[in-house]
Amino acid sequence: MSLITEPIGLPHFLVVGAVLFVCGVLCMATKRNVLGVLMGIELVLNGANLNFVAFGAKELNPNGIGLDGQMIALFVIVLAAAEAAVALAIALSYYHAHATVDVDRGDELKG
Amino acid sequence: MDFSINWHSCFFLLFAIIACGFAAAVVLVGDIVRMACCLVVSLAAVAGLFFLAGAEFLGAAQLMVYVGGTMVLLIFGVMLTSRGPGTAIKTGGGQWVLGLIIGAALLFVLLQVAMSSSAWNGPNSKTQELAAVANSPLPQAGEGPGARDTSDPAGQLGLGLLGVRGDRLEQENKVLNRGMSGYLLAFEIISVHLVVVLVGAAFLARARRKTLTPASRIPESPNPRTTDTQ
Amino acid sequence: MLGWQFNCRPIATKLTTDNYKLSPVAELLTYISFPEWLAYTIAALVQCALLLAIALCSAAVGIWLERKVSARIQDRLGPTRVGGKFGWLQPPADGIKLLCKEDLIPAAADQILFRLAPYISFCAVFCAFLALPFADGWVAVELNAGVFFLVAVMGLEIFGVILGGYSSGSKWSLYGAIREAAQVVSYEIPLGLCVVLVVLLTGTMNLVAIGESQAGWFFNWHIFHDPFTFVAFFVYLTCAVAGTNRAPFDLPEAESELVAGFLTEYSGFRWVFFFMGEYAAMFLVSALGALLFLGGWNGPIPIASLIGLTYENHDILGWLGNSLGVVNLIAKGFLGMTFMIWLRWTLPRLRVDQVISTCLKYCVPIVSAMLAGVMIWCHCLPGGVKSYSFPRSAWERTDPTLRVDGIPDHAVTQSVTMLRSHAEHGNEDYREESR
Repeated sequence: MSLITEPIGLPHFLVVGAVLFVCGVLCMATKRNVLGVLMGIELVLNGANLNFVAFGAKELNPNGIGLDGQMIALFVIVLAAAEAAVALAIALSYYHAHATVDVDRGDELKG
Repeated sequence: MDFSINWHSCFFLLFAIIACGFAAAVVLVGDIVRMACCLVVSLAAVAGLFFLAGAEFLGAAQLMVYVGGTMVLLIFGVMLTSRGPGTAIKTGGGQWVLGLIIGAALLFVLLQVAMSSSAWNGPNSKTQELAAVANSPLPQAGEGPGARDTSDPAGQLGLGLLGVRGDRLEQENKVLNRGMSGYLLAFEIISVHLVVVLVGAAFLARARRKTLTPASRIPESPNPRTTDTQ
Repeated sequence: MLGWQFNCRPIATKLTTDNYKLSPVAELLTYISFPEWLAYTIAALVQCALLLAIALCSAAVGIWLERKVSARIQDRLGPTRVGGKFGWLQPPADGIKLLCKEDLIPAAADQILFRLAPYISFCAVFCAFLALPFADGWVAVELNAGVFFLVAVMGLEIFGVILGGYSSGSKWSLYGAIREAAQVVSYEIPLGLCVVLVVLLTGTMNLVAIGESQAGWFFNWHIFHDPFTFVAFFVYLTCAVAGTNRAPFDLPEAESELVAGFLTEYSGFRWVFFFMGEYAAMFLVSALGALLFLGGWNGPIPIASLIGLTYENHDILGWLGNSLGVVNLIAKGFLGMTFMIWLRWTLPRLRVDQVISTCLKYCVPIVSAMLAGVMIWCHCLPGGVKSYSFPRSAWERTDPTLRVDGIPDHAVTQSVTMLRSHAEHGNEDYREESR
């Protein structure tokens, strides 16, 4: 009950960020589909973003990094979009070459 | 029931549960399109958390760029590379065990750090002093729509991208003053980067035409079937 | 053992309940001794219901308009029998008929996503209504990034469409969905630039402030601000029509090519949701266009302020004036819808390549040029033409030099001079510091 009667603080945001991050890492580790791995990366970036925003929020963290937090998060969002575009293009090329999106099948360079 | 609900916390809880739950679903669900759907819901809930943390512009940007743009792109990729719904590539049991061990360890460490944030983020006399100078409020603006809410971060974000730190204008401390030139260079670099990425992605994903060998060119070598009928 | 506990600092007033404006409903309920949390919940639900009613009514009236206008254009009468002379009750009748239809889910469909898609589509449009102001200050959530939020959330509508098209397990649906994605994503660029143009003029993304800045006579509307905004309005119109998949840009559901596009496999209630989402989006786009370019809730003649219906005189008079504003905005919204319907029954459908080239070869370059033009115009005539000819109290409220939201102009000037000195003497400072 204390969760909905008490005001929330910085740790709450950090916990959510941590869970998102770990889910992303798990997704990257266990998925064999290229696009699944890509989704894992998005989750990781979002977990990090949430931390930046929480550190930057003056209400949560008066001594924090202020506007820098939002600024960094903004850059992360833009870079993530760019990364997604390139990664998808690579995935499509990979699909054209191998007729599958299974990352374990791309093993031509294996010695 | 005589207690006062803190609505902010209530909504935080709601969005947090949605974000975490659907993030877990992304890991657990096998079908790639359903994964994408869960991811969308999770990212939208993160946008909600941004709103709760007071970062409205960022929340809208998250909705626009991530949920609206990146996810459409991703679903496009899914559609182009999967053959009908229900194409799932199975993950081996060993990988799951390994992944879960790593994940649990990572989660433990991160939670430990998050919970002890008061310890490492606590009042440090020097940082507090600097922060007190840095967070000194802006002079109040007069009446007008522009002065509606002086704590609005969107305009300050824009100024920051142009190289002016709107939130740290009244800076007496010279040490902090030097770090105030904002993000103009980063902004320029990222704009160029985006253009490069756009071109690069289009180049990588372009439809590859099969190079026409002289034998397959119709004007030069007549179709064998037509020669047969002749 | 681990000492895990949530450490909560005293949070600024912004995040606590004390600072929430108590809505009249909540006030009333707490007055008749409801517990506070219940009063708040009920008030929130009532307000949600009000907003939902607006969204649904705009859809219903839109459907009726579509029938009547298309009938008139084709020299027919349209619905005349249901509910009196003008067929007022046709939309509910349609709804009841559709609810009675068989609810089909194709065997090849992805069950969960197929069921989910229509609701996603409608919810996205409904959420966008949250940020839409109906009059001065009458908005569900006043956001500083209101325009941005509205455009972003409205863009999520395609998500439901893509999911629906993909999960139907039919090639017509898939074609429709892919066309929709390509079309809407490309048209979001010029649409966004049109919005940026208005944001440039007003210096804020707050929709209420954007509406306020056009108060007064019709020549204060942004469309008449300068020739560039006038052109940009028509680009916005094109993009709005394309963004809502209306003819002549209705490729995602092109009947003659794709059966019904992404809607092919849908029937009954779920189809109704897609349909209502589309009409609500039409209203939303028209209302946004009205807010950005056509003065929002300000009529062509400022009747309310002329006869003294303002909050300065009395609260009730101000309330009446605001109600007039609501009527104004909704009228403009339906005017936009009527225009879209008229367009649909007049123009033939474009080809796919024509749709994309209209966007990339015409809309984007034109609106970019207009954006540059507006910048030059604002630079040469900082107060606009009207500040020289018609100095008014309403204009004084929006100080044109106050360009950046939340930051007073003297602070901006100060920071610019600071930056200049920083560029000139920055190194000296550094040397001083290092010594």
